[in-house]
Amino acid sequence: MWDSLELRRRQRRRSLYRWLLSMPAVLPLLFFTGENVAALNTIFVGQSAEQSGGIAEEFYRNFIEGGRYMWLLDGLLLTLFMSAMAALIGMIIGLILSVIRVSYRAGVRIPILNALAGAYIAVIRGTPVMVQLLIIYFSIFGNLTDIPPVLVAGLAFGINSGGYMAEIFRAGIESIGVGQTEAGRSLGLSYGQTMRRIILPQAIRNVLPTMFNEFITLLKETSVAGFIAVDDLTRAGNNIRSKTWSNQPLYAVALIYLVLVLGLTRLLSVLEKRMRRSDRRATGTD
Amino acid sequence: MIEVVDLCKDFGDIRVLDGINMRIENGEQVAIIGPSGSGKSTLLRCLNLLERPTSGQVIVDGIDITDPKTNINLIRRRMGMVFQSFNLFPHLSVKNNITLAPLQLKLATKAEAEERAAELLRRVGLLDKINEFPQRLSGGQQQRVAIARSLAMRPEVMLFDEPTSALDPEMIREVLDVIRDLAAEGMTMAIVTHEMYFARDVASRVIFLDQGQIAEEGPPEQVFKNPQGERTKAFLAQVLIN
Ligand SMILES: Nc1ncnc2c1ncn2[C@@H]1O[C@H](COP(=O)(O)OP(=O)(O)OP(=O)(O)O)[C@@H](O)[C@H]1O
Ligand SMILES: [Mg+2]
Repeated sequence: MWDSLELRRRQRRRSLYRWLLSMPAVLPLLFFTGENVAALNTIFVGQSAEQSGGIAEEFYRNFIEGGRYMWLLDGLLLTLFMSAMAALIGMIIGLILSVIRVSYRAGVRIPILNALAGAYIAVIRGTPVMVQLLIIYFSIFGNLTDIPPVLVAGLAFGINSGGYMAEIFRAGIESIGVGQTEAGRSLGLSYGQTMRRIILPQAIRNVLPTMFNEFITLLKETSVAGFIAVDDLTRAGNNIRSKTWSNQPLYAVALIYLVLVLGLTRLLSVLEKRMRRSDRRATGTD
Repeated sequence: MIEVVDLCKDFGDIRVLDGINMRIENGEQVAIIGPSGSGKSTLLRCLNLLERPTSGQVIVDGIDITDPKTNINLIRRRMGMVFQSFNLFPHLSVKNNITLAPLQLKLATKAEAEERAAELLRRVGLLDKINEFPQRLSGGQQQRVAIARSLAMRPEVMLFDEPTSALDPEMIREVLDVIRDLAAEGMTMAIVTHEMYFARDVASRVIFLDQGQIAEEGPPEQVFKNPQGERTKAFLAQVLIN
């Protein structure tokens, strides 16, 4: 089973390279080979380029020697995998929790479920994600040591994200006018059918941008996964640092996150623009 | 046949419906008129339990629908409702608005439901809009689609709550014509309306509601030409001038 995961991971890695190469946004990486880094190094590290034997040489030691750039790429892959897994789990949990909460308010009452959902959301939102991660890894999964930490981390972040997604979905559902429910119910649809076919499709569409933002946050939050021995992007950078005693990898890590977040933010604004356009088309005002 | 027995509805401390007794026989068209806030919408919404009565009964073909054991979803299939604000499903095309409930409730195959949607749209004069989305339709068109959507369930009764109040004047006619046709075919209906001339022409009976009570009822000729109660007279004098 893990062989096939490994295989998939490799395949994904290959396509990831292509993606990275095609991304002009990666060009700023060159920044690290220029004069700038010497200056940065002097400022932040208190170590001049001459002392460390030249910027290019330091770059070589950090990223090329021993194929250490692969550490970062593998880390990036894990970070993306964890984020995607967490987003998926978070969406499912969030959807279920929000429907329980909204239904309770609408009079479809299962008190135990509602109380559990309320407690879940309170605990998740009221404690640091880092603490949740440690508890899930060491306490809840403590005896199941053969489960890869990255899966535990993905699950933990998903459980965490679920608490926030629940509130996002709830707001989305409550933004749909009561007339929609009444129209559905008056046709003889059950509460559940109305929810599924009429309310949720509209609610989810309305919260897509917010969900996307949550994903961006998630991507950054997974950087604490290193604490449970996941060699994610952040920890990969730190691993290199502890080998080479250079801080360059940390900047490289920061830059990769930045490029990712800016790219996703960009994608989000394109998405929002497109949604607005299709709304306008739908209302015929363009 | 719908029978309402001693129906009361409170919102908090306010009694909005106060002891309503009425019957709607099959094939009857009942217009419910009355001042704003008199409880017309609430009464109509109690008939399909969108509003749960505080006390009293609503009996549909011998079934007390206020009984918690009654499956209200089955009753509602037989009672179409048309709202003032249309309430079309904005994420669905006109066709899917109409076929959603029959398909979801497995009352028809996809082909049957779509054929019926086309037939209903032809009937309300909107066949060319079948693939359009609701937001691109005028108010009058949306309301006609909403009527078609209700009719897709082959209801035995139609409930209209001020179906033309949200419409620009030039669109009122097209919607009223559709309702008029339905009435002419003998569809049982209850219609809350401020269109007095329409009520006079279409209704077989008029109910005047005032402060949560039926203040007067009778055939339209009687209620409009020769109202008995002082409140009815005052109300009619006011609305017929406008
Ligand atoms: N959900 C509600 N909660 C509290 N009060 C309500 C609610 N719905 C209606 N009411 C009140 O009940 C009274 C009757 O309302 P209803 O909508 O039935 O009147 P109406 O005759 O339909 O009036 P209109 O002609 O303005 O539509 C009003 O005073 C209204 O404010
Ligand atoms: Mg009303």
